[in-house]
Amino acid sequence: MSMSANINAAASAGPNQKAVSPEELLLKAPRERAFMTGSEAVAEAVRRAGIDMAIAYPITPQSESMHLTGDLFAQGYIKDYYRAENEFAVMAAVHGASLGGGRVFTATSGPGTLRAMEMFPVWAGSRQPIVCAFMCRGVALPPSIQPENIEMAFLLDTGMIMFHAENSQDFFDFILAGYAIAEQSEVHLPVGVFADGFFVTHTREVIMLPPDNIKLGEYNPDIAPIPPFDMEHAPMQMVRDPLLNKCNFVSYAASASWHQEVLAAAERARKHINKYMGGLIEVENPGADIMIIASGIAVSQSRDAIRTMAERDGITAGLIKVKSIRPFPAAEIAQATARASAIVIPEFNAGGWLAREVMGTIDNNSRVIAGPRVFGGMSLPGEVIIDVIKKAAR
Amino acid sequence: MSKNIITPTKEFEDVLTPGYKDLVANGPYNRSAPGTVDDLGSFREITEPHPHCAGCGVSLGIRLGLASLPSPENTIIIGTPGCAYFALTQSALCYSCTAFGNQNSVATGLKRMLKIRHPGKVKDVLVMVGDGGVADIGLDYTLHSWFRGENIATVMLDNEVYGNTGGQESGMTVEGKVLNMAPTGKKFPKIPVFEMAKVAGCAYAVRTTVASPKKFGTAVRRAVLIAREVGPTYVQVYTPCPTNLKFSPGKTLEAAKDVEKTYYQYEEYMTEEASAYLSRIGELKEAK
Repeated sequence: MSMSANINAAASAGPNQKAVSPEELLLKAPRERAFMTGSEAVAEAVRRAGIDMAIAYPITPQSESMHLTGDLFAQGYIKDYYRAENEFAVMAAVHGASLGGGRVFTATSGPGTLRAMEMFPVWAGSRQPIVCAFMCRGVALPPSIQPENIEMAFLLDTGMIMFHAENSQDFFDFILAGYAIAEQSEVHLPVGVFADGFFVTHTREVIMLPPDNIKLGEYNPDIAPIPPFDMEHAPMQMVRDPLLNKCNFVSYAASASWHQEVLAAAERARKHINKYMGGLIEVENPGADIMIIASGIAVSQSRDAIRTMAERDGITAGLIKVKSIRPFPAAEIAQATARASAIVIPEFNAGGWLAREVMGTIDNNSRVIAGPRVFGGMSLPGEVIIDVIKKAAR
Repeated sequence: MSKNIITPTKEFEDVLTPGYKDLVANGPYNRSAPGTVDDLGSFREITEPHPHCAGCGVSLGIRLGLASLPSPENTIIIGTPGCAYFALTQSALCYSCTAFGNQNSVATGLKRMLKIRHPGKVKDVLVMVGDGGVADIGLDYTLHSWFRGENIATVMLDNEVYGNTGGQESGMTVEGKVLNMAPTGKKFPKIPVFEMAKVAGCAYAVRTTVASPKKFGTAVRRAVLIAREVGPTYVQVYTPCPTNLKFSPGKTLEAAKDVEKTYYQYEEYMTEEASAYLSRIGELKEAK
């Protein structure tokens, strides 16, 4: 009969995966080499994440990852999946699905992120452990589908935890770590996992994967700060005096303390980030006089610049790879730059949000050279970073 | 949900508020017979004082609707910002209200997840929101949930105005009406959401007003039951707003009765499948 009949049969059979702890999946299970794109790495993470429901809407360069996620649904790895009508609808439906107490996944890019914007603080305020992948690209000022991560600047204060992947390996690991961290009882916040579009999503590279016959164990919504909306718990008259429109000190204080608790939950995520991701930052050549601070694909470009400079010019520069943007590793960066006389921050966006973050948290920030920056699809050759470093060294 | 969940242990009974005690003793959960609008007043929940304006049609619509739920102990309500929020947050139902217009998307995700997590159990997801939420800012999400055939009941409380923001024109305002943001009168007719429901995949749709409480109650009950088993359903109820439509708060029902003679005539639509389903479960009696 038709192919769809075969796929449905496969879906009802379901894959034979063993549920394991995040420690087992992320830290202990033996890994094997694979060669794949970032989009395929996302799908491999989804395959092992024990997702109940994924919702998709196409946008370049995100689309392939959500096609592959759809294939995983057809193969029985995910229990429900559909294409929604736009990104706001996706993020709203993901919110609704998470209210129902299950594990959800989606992904988007640039303009889709902006279209869906209103829902991200809702996720955080509702304390939902939603994991969303962002394949960063330009937004329309002027239009660009090319790699650029300005959308991250817009998301810095939505209350979500934000990880920036350098490559496909990070993208795979951070998505799975994202669930492990988000679902901690004391955290319960959404996690955005960001990667620079095309460079990561469309480039094939070697990646180490745990076996595909294991997956994350089922999410337990009963440990959430807010019980699931399933009428299996005592309902309550939640707001006898609705907070939203009451003009009195008690309602302001209730709203403010809820907001503070969202921020505090992100702080409590730090120890889990250390455990599952090996820290909020990684440092190479610690103690160097010149330090580069970068996140995402700018880390790879910086590494290239450092290698060339060391070999050709005999200049040693250090590198701080920032993996967690929220919570921001202010103390770690301050410590790692304590002895640096110059701090160079290359970025794939025109706004320079990472430089602002760093300058807002370290002492003596006249040391910071907030650049170089590329955007609109321009690449960032190591030589451009080297030029800036040499000027700083002069 | 079982009533055991909300029944307090003996040791704590004396410290509970009178409202909670009344909810446990007399509230709508796990009644022996399904509730109807006739039950209003037999328990405090949803009839408590509310922060709406005097003569509010929306608060009346919400009370009538909630009293008519076939299974309140297994109902989750999704709302959207607006006047309806004030009454719905005060009911003892699971109620979510977040970004304006997203209600049918949230309901879609929630309903599908409840099917995954509670297969075989009744879990009704009801969207109950104002006219701006359905016809303007949430129109595409509403229509797409109907196109997709989601098992959701949607109720529009149509007061023909943005009430909570201070009386602005909505897509459901009648043509020519002068309101804020329509300083020279609205330039186009009411958006035909009721007609759209029929072509967009709803298995059941009713247009009525709060001046016909039994018809509205039956409509909500049927809408929830049909959404459970057949497909999306829609109830559009006129809930006039004395504050912004500028009539005396004592004349709300009169205002609703008036339009029943013109553009708000009662109409009930259902597909053959919906009709067969109601007949099968013994629910197909003529609405009075």
